[in-house]
This record gives sequence, C-alpha cells and structure tokens, in this order.
Amino acid sequence: MTYIRPKFRHPELPKNKLGYSVDYYEGALSTLCAGCGHDSISAGIIQAAFELNIEPHKLAKLSGIGCSSKTPAYFLSNSHGFNSVHGRMPSVATGANLANRDLTYFGVSGDGDTASIGMGQFVHAIRRSLNMTYIVMNNGCYGLTKGQDSATADQGSKNKSGNVNLFESIDLASLAIELGATFVAQSFSGDKSQLVPLIKAAMNHPGFAFINVISPCVTFNNNMGSTKSYDYVREHVEATATIDFVPEMQEISVEYGKGKQKQVVMHDGSVIQLHKLSEDWDPLDRQSAMNAVLNSKAKNEILTGLLYVNPDAHDLHHMINTSDRALNSLTKAELCPGSEMLVDINSGLR
Amino acid sequence: MEPTNINNPEYFHKVVDCQHACPAHTPVPEYIRLIAEEKYTEAYMINWDSNVFPGVLGRTCDRPCEPACRRGRIDGQDEEPVAICRLKRVAADNKGDVKSLMPQGPFKPNGKKIALIGAGPASLTVARDLAPLGYEIHLYDEQKLGGGFMRSQIPSFRLPETVLNEEVNYILDLGIHTHFNHYVKSLKDTLANGYDAVFVGSGAPKGRDLDIPGRKEGASNIHIGINWLANVAFEHTAKIGKKVIVLGGGNTAMDCCRTARRLGGNDVKVVVRSPFAEMKASPWEKEDAAHEDIPIIDNHVPKSFVVENGVLKGMMFEKVVAEYDKEGKRKLVPVGGPDIFIEADDVLIAVGQENSYPWIERDLGIDFDKWEMPIVNEVTFVSSNPKVFFGGDAAWGPKNVITAVAHGHQAAISMDLFCRGESMTVRPSPFVNLVSQKMGIHEWAYDSAVVNDERYVVPQAEKKVTLSNRKKEVELGFSGITGFKEAQRCLNCDIQTVFTTDKCIECDACMDVCPTACISFTDNADESDLRNMLKMPALNKSQDLYVSEPLKTKRVMVKDENVCLHCGLCAERCPTSAWDMQKFFYNVTKAHTGCSSHK
Ligand SMILES: Cc1cc2nc3c(=O)[nH]c(=O)nc-3n(C[C@H](O)[C@H](O)[C@H](O)COP(=O)(O)OP(=O)(O)OC[C@H]3O[C@@H](n4cnc5c(N)ncnc54)[C@H](O)[C@@H]3O)c2cc1C
Ligand SMILES: Cc1ncc(C[n+]2csc(CCOP(=O)(O)OP(=O)(O)O)c2C)c(N)n1
Ligand code: SF4
Ligand code: SF4
Ligand code: SF4
Ligand SMILES: [Mg+2]
Repeated sequence: MTYIRPKFRHPELPKNKLGYSVDYYEGALSTLCAGCGHDSISAGIIQAAFELNIEPHKLAKLSGIGCSSKTPAYFLSNSHGFNSVHGRMPSVATGANLANRDLTYFGVSGDGDTASIGMGQFVHAIRRSLNMTYIVMNNGCYGLTKGQDSATADQGSKNKSGNVNLFESIDLASLAIELGATFVAQSFSGDKSQLVPLIKAAMNHPGFAFINVISPCVTFNNNMGSTKSYDYVREHVEATATIDFVPEMQEISVEYGKGKQKQVVMHDGSVIQLHKLSEDWDPLDRQSAMNAVLNSKAKNEILTGLLYVNPDAHDLHHMINTSDRALNSLTKAELCPGSEMLVDINSGLR
Repeated sequence: MEPTNINNPEYFHKVVDCQHACPAHTPVPEYIRLIAEEKYTEAYMINWDSNVFPGVLGRTCDRPCEPACRRGRIDGQDEEPVAICRLKRVAADNKGDVKSLMPQGPFKPNGKKIALIGAGPASLTVARDLAPLGYEIHLYDEQKLGGGFMRSQIPSFRLPETVLNEEVNYILDLGIHTHFNHYVKSLKDTLANGYDAVFVGSGAPKGRDLDIPGRKEGASNIHIGINWLANVAFEHTAKIGKKVIVLGGGNTAMDCCRTARRLGGNDVKVVVRSPFAEMKASPWEKEDAAHEDIPIIDNHVPKSFVVENGVLKGMMFEKVVAEYDKEGKRKLVPVGGPDIFIEADDVLIAVGQENSYPWIERDLGIDFDKWEMPIVNEVTFVSSNPKVFFGGDAAWGPKNVITAVAHGHQAAISMDLFCRGESMTVRPSPFVNLVSQKMGIHEWAYDSAVVNDERYVVPQAEKKVTLSNRKKEVELGFSGITGFKEAQRCLNCDIQTVFTTDKCIECDACMDVCPTACISFTDNADESDLRNMLKMPALNKSQDLYVSEPLKTKRVMVKDENVCLHCGLCAERCPTSAWDMQKFFYNVTKAHTGCSSHK
C-alpha cells in the first residue's frame, strides 16, 4: 500500500495576501474513484479559497451524504466542517448561519442529496435567501450507492447497464432562478478556467449563491448514452460568456476583442467581468436568464457560466433583522438586558 | 511544441538526473534500490560494470551526480541530495562473492596485442573491457604497483590500500601482462614492438612549481605537492616539520595539508590566493580539513620564501581582494599595507598539475596543439595516429577517477572496432528497458512513498586515532540500517511517468493530485511560451517538458520534469491508466558486453 501524499510541494509556489500558499487550503488525499469529477471541483474550491485570501478558520463547509458530500474532507482541512445527514445540509447551514453570521458558509451536495431526499430543504434555503454558496456536484446518479439514476438524469439517457431513464429530469438551475436565488450559475468539473471564477464570485455574493456543476461519475455514469459523461458534456457544452472575477480595487487591465462585454459590480466593489456574451442574454434579468436556459435545453446544449445574478441581494439576516453580531460574541449583559427591558418589550406587545 | 519522442532513450535518460550527470552513466537509482533490499552483491556488480572501482569511488568520487540529484531541488530550501556516493560504499563494504560474477578467464586469444601506458583508472578500464575479448594486454607503469594516482595521490586515510588492491586485482587477474617499475621512454619503440593499438593513460603527472624569490635557497624544505604525496604513499617520506604551509586551494592542497597533519605537522595552514568560496576543493574536503584544525587563509598571494642562513623560515604574502568586472571576470587587487609573514618549516606547493609528453616523439603522426596537448577525438578517443588512443587525465588534463573510467570504456570500444577493421564512428547503442511497475491497486513494484528524512551523516573515526595513523581510514561508512534509510531518500527518478495520449479522458485527476504541480493541460505553443502557460511556470530550462500528442479537446498534456517526485500519484489517480509508472533501465554498452555480439 503506497498511497501517501508527499510533503513536498513545488518550491516556487506563490503566496497569497495572508502568506499562505495553495497547499494550506488542501484537504486529505481523496478516496473517491480515480478520475471522479468531484475531485476536480475540490481542486477548484482549493484554488478559489487561496485566491480569495480566505482565512480558513472563517469558513465552514457543510454537506449531506454521497460521494459529493464526502469531498469536504478533501479540501480546506483547516476550516470548520459539518458532514450532516442525507439531504439535511440546508437546515444545518441555516442554523449555523443564524448563530454565527461572521463565517463564510460553503455547502456541498449531490444531485441525489439535493434533488431527491433533500429537495424540500433545498427550496426553502433558496426562498430564505440564506447567505451561503451551495454547490451541487451533479453526476446524474447516486454514485455512493452504486449509480442508480437520480432525479437530474435526463429523460432518455442510458445508464451503465443500458436502461433508459423514463422520467423528466429536474433542472436545478432553472428551479433556483424560479425560486428567487440571487446568484445562479452552471459549470463543468472539467473546466476550471470557468469554475474557479464562478466559485469566487459565488463566495462573494451576499445571498444564496447556487452553482450546479456537471461532474461525471467515472465509474457508474461515464458510458455511451449517458448525458453526464466526459465526452457528452464536452460535445454539448455552451457558455453564456467567458468569466473573470476581479476582487475589489484591482485595475482591470485585460482587453478583450470584439463581442459583447459586461461588468457586474458586486456589493463590496468586486467585479464580475463577462465577455464574449451570448446573444439575447442579460445576466441581471431573470427572465432572460430563464429563456437562455430553456433555449439551450431545446437545442440539447448544456449552458454553463453565470446565468443570473442580482448584485443587490439581501440575505436572511437582513430580512428578519437579526443581531448584527454573531451570537457567540454577545455578552451576558446583551443577552439578558434585565427586567426593565422585558417590561418595555411586554408593553410594546400590549 | 512537437510531441516528445520517448522512444529516444536519451529523453528518459535525462530524467534520471544522477545517472545522466555521472560521466560513466552508472544506473544510480537501480543500485540504490538494491542496497535498500540488502542485495549488496547485485548493487556492487551494477556499479562494477559501469564504474569499475565501486569501493574506491564509494569513498573518493568527485560525485558530479550529487549536485544534479533531484532531491536537492525539490523544496527550494535546505533539502540535500541523496548521499549517492557513500551508498556505493555500502554495497562495496557488504557485498558477497563478486569474483565469480565477473568474466572468467582464461579467454581465448584473438591474436591482437595492445599496450596500455600508465596503470591508472583509465588504462585499467580499457584492460578490463578488452581482456574478455581475447586481447593480449600489456600494462606499463613507472610505479611498482597498479592504480596510478589512486595509489600515489589519494591518501590511505581516504582510501585504504586493501580496497584499492582488491579492485585493481580484479582487473589484473583477468590475465593482464604487467610491466611495473617500467617508465616508457619512447612511444616509437613501444609501437615498434608490434602492438595493434596503444592506449595512453599516463595522466597529468607534472606538478606545477612556484618560481618566486627564495625558491632555490629553500629547496630542501619546499616540495611539489603531488611528488610529496607519492613519496608518502610509497613510504619514501615519513616526516614533515611542525609548521607547514600548503599553497593552493584544490583537492590536492586538501590532501597535502591533511597528510602533513599526520606526519608531524601540528601547525598546518592552507594559504590560497582566491576567496574561500571560490576554491576548487570540494566543500566536503574543506570541511574535513577544518575538522582537523587546519585553517584556510584566503586572499593571500605568495610573494617570496624567507630563507635565513640556508634554513627556510616562512613565506611573505600580499593580501588581496577579489574584484569582478562586468563579465564577471575576477581580478585580485592588493589591499595595500605591508606584506604578511607566515612562519613555516616546510612548504607544500599544490597549485596545479600538467601533462607532459617528453616521451612521445613528434614524428609519429600524433598532432599536438599549441599547449603541447595531443589532439584527441572526443567520441572515439583516437589521436591523429589511428593506432594511438588517449584517455583519462592524459587526454584533456586533470579531471577525476570517474571521468578516466568513462574515457576508458569508450576508448576500449574504439580500439576493439579498430582492431576488427570496423568504423569507430558507429557507436553501439545503449542497453535500454522499460517495464511497468504496476502490481495492483495502490501497489507498485517500487517504494513510491517519498520519505522526509534529512540526509544522513557518514560517521567518522575519532580524530585522536586518525591523526596519529596516516593509514587509518577517517570515514567509517554507513551501517546497513543507516544505508537503508539513506537509500529510501532516493526518489526513484528512473521510474518514469509514461503517458499514453489516446487513453486520456482529460478528467484532470493527475493534474489535481500532483503534489508538485508538474502536470498541465493546455493549448499548445512554442516552448518559450508554453513554459509560462503551465500550472506552475517551468523556469528550470535545463529540465525538459514532456508534451503529449494533441488530445480530444485539441489541448496537450505538458509535464515539467523539473520537480517530479516520481511518487506515482498521477498514475494512481488516473482512471484509464493513461499514466503508468515504468522502470527505465539504461546502461552504456561496454566493449566486452556489446561489440562482441556483432563479431
Ligand atoms: C592529490 C590528488 C588527490 C586526488 N583525489 C581524487 C579523488 O578523491 N577522487 C577523484 O575522483 N579523483 C582524484 N584525483 C584525480 C585522479 O587521481 C585522477 O584524475 C585520475 O587518477 C586520472 O586517472 P588516469 O587513468 O588518467 O591516470 P593516473 O591515475 O594519473 O595514472 C597515470 C599513471 O601513469 C604513469 N605514467 C605516466 N607516464 C608514464 C610513462 N611514460 N611510463 C610509465 N608510466 C607512466 C603514472 O606514474 C601514473 O601511475 C586526485 C588527484 C590528486 C593529484
Ligand atoms: C436517509 C438516507 N437514505 C438513503 C441513504 C443512502 N444513500 C447514500 S448516498 C445516496 C445518494 C447520493 O447521491 P448523490 O447525492 O447524487 O451523491 P453522489 O454519490 O452521486 O455524489 C443515498 C441514496 C442514506 N445514506 N441516508
Ligand atoms: S462512484 Fe462515481 S461519484 Fe462516487 S467517487 Fe466514484 S466516480 Fe465519483
Ligand atoms: S560513480 Fe560517482 S559520479 Fe557516478 S553516480 Fe556514483 S557517485 Fe556519482
Ligand atoms: S509522479 Fe506524477 S504525481 Fe508524482 S510528482 Fe511526478 S508527475 Fe506528479
Ligand atoms: Mg450524484
């Protein structure tokens, strides 16, 4: 048994603003199948956290059950983590977020974990505009339990044993737009140049940020006839635009040639730079985003990139007017303001 | 870039940094693994085939392999190379019967007769390679025993006589006709003796002198370093004064000062013109001198010997400082002030050696250049007289033992081809082999895990003992268990990462898992652009990029060989076995193994 990751890293690895090099954001060596798309997404998350200068102790990763939900073990070892029950990650995230609004919440789920058992929790997290990044590693099957069709498997697609899926698939991205998610994107595990800026933008978004990432299950769903295989996705992928995420205060120096361009300024001054935009699509307009998804679906294309963003989103804390500070930072005096205050409140209720 | 042609054995050979840097291209990682497996005899024989003197070299090699060792550059800080050289000694110290694995005489004579002039490592290598082919070999040396400078110059406290004798005798026992105590006075006469070919392996035997005031007057206490060392080795000299100055900054100076410490010198100083950092001596030799309480005084230029009443009193020096012009050329500029006097009873001059060919007539068809050096072909080692070959220090001036051996192998091939009337320019190809190491899931036929141990230090005998006995070996060598641990530090650079383009599904798993960011998938470009388009820029241009054929997405896989740990994780994480770890064995063909087969 010689499956040990060496301690040595490239001697010239750059450091980020905090003085960490990218290996500080790594996790344990993956035990997923060799070639699983999920591992690529993990690498993308590591890269994004490094580039965003995330302080590892200021981030919590949460997940449900599934191969996808195992991945938090394989990135950000120095961060907080909660590997919850199948489909229940959103409620754990809600509780954690309400208790401590100072952390960045990073949820990882699978298509089974989200679109089957966890559907009820998923939709309510969106409705409530929970401030978190929610990634679905979407492989169209239940990988961990040996590849049964999931609710995102496309109608007519074939699984490894040759059975054709009879049911309509759930399109998680359009569902998220429909339910009012304020950041919705779609990507492919095999395209880090798109995935990493999307993750960075999502983590900077002040509301519910959803990314549906097609992530081939190399063991159970990479066969001919599958619409979630490496080959199929590569042949049918179509991007809304090329994306760059530019942190605040940074000079935008890249020049792009012809084609439409757009800049979306986020609440904190950072910028999502879009170029080579596809026709008739405006990322700030829900209706147009919805159309773009439906149109490409009709053409059998998998539309990737940023689909919809509302940079002025407000999150749950704002809506229900909670304390500005994390509960763990409140003192006893603030939590028990005394009987006079109680009298005041009670009189207000009369 | 064009796809890399891995069918050219030189591509993977270059990846094995140590082997590539070794003049004789010893298959280093292969013997290191054998040492870890306690297969010392096999490890010895791999060395013996390549470098002929494993026991000698395991103690004295100049180790060009170690600065090249990949381990030394994988963390950019203080990681040191594998102790390649001293591991060789572990094989030599612990081997079993090796003689029965060597070519067994008597060999059927092939009717050809060869003379070798000088019995140093170059000539002895020629002898070893050609004897099994049936050549009648005559070996000449002015000294009473074989070994050349290995015997007359390298002191016994670094190389015990028993070790040298053993390895010289393996060769002489192949049926070599020795003519010791025989100085060759005329090459013309030698050629007239009916030799089919002659190899000149006479070294660079003339020590440079220092012609400054007082040299003649103080002559009886002023010695040329290499002559003095030879006199010590052959027991003509057993004593030296208490105060000794050694002039020079190379390895000869280091051997002189350490020997002087053992012959009665209790105040021995090395004085050198250049700054300490620029001395020619290997860092470990400087360390050893320091350990024996020998100060090295740098930036001092010798001005004169001070002799009073016919007795040497010491030397005067001028203090200088090194200054460099724009091209980095050094000038030693006096700092001013009075000259400095250093006391001495004896002075050893170790400021370089030279070739000298008074015994080669200039009408033999051998061309000499303006520095009186023979003109020698760098591939075939033949001179302008097709019967006369040169190698070792005799060819291009003083180098080292391993270079002399490498020359000997190539000269032997040429001499054999020449004697059989074949073209010397058609060189035999190396022996190569490439074998998958996959045994199962997470299982490889080599120890793929990369250990974190720091380089182990070779233990030394107590100074009190070594300084009182010139023949007592200072280094004790690694024990078997330390040898094992040091061997485990080797990264197995000969276990190659082999990529098969049409198996790759571009899942990125190898790129993501590689701890040292060696692998990238990218658009293709010219090498200079491509080097900057990778996951980590490939800035070490001496290391190659391994470029695949175009993939399905029209991109290419590019692997920067520079800091690959050969950990196998890429192959481990590849779902389709597009990566495989394969053991690459490369061995330079020698006269007795290669040429004989196409007779
Ligand atoms: C002090 C010192 C220490 C050294 N230490 C090391 C070391 O630690 N490691 C290392 O790798 N290298 C070392 N070297 C260098 C190394 O010894 C030589 O590079 C190497 O021995 C050269 O081998 P060779 O076969 O060319 O000739 P040599 O080893 O020089 O042998 C030539 C032989 O030819 C004989 N000879 C010359 N002319 C004639 C003639 N006309 N007739 C008969 N015989 C003749 C000489 O007596 C000599 O024995 C050292 C050198 C010196 C001076
Ligand atoms: C309550 C509950 N029901 C069923 C299971 C069995 N189970 C484990 S993982 C899984 C599906 C996971 O699919 P997905 O979320 O798509 O993850 P993947 O493995 O495909 O990444 C199921 C049904 C469970 N662990 N818990
Ligand atoms: S079963 Fe599928 S999803 Fe799970 S680790 Fe293997 S390839 Fe990935
Ligand atoms: S023989 Fe010397 S140069 Fe060659 S590998 Fe060994 S130590 Fe290095
Ligand atoms: S063997 Fe493979 S994974 Fe390991 S360092 Fe080399 S390229 Fe990277
Ligand atoms: Mg799944």
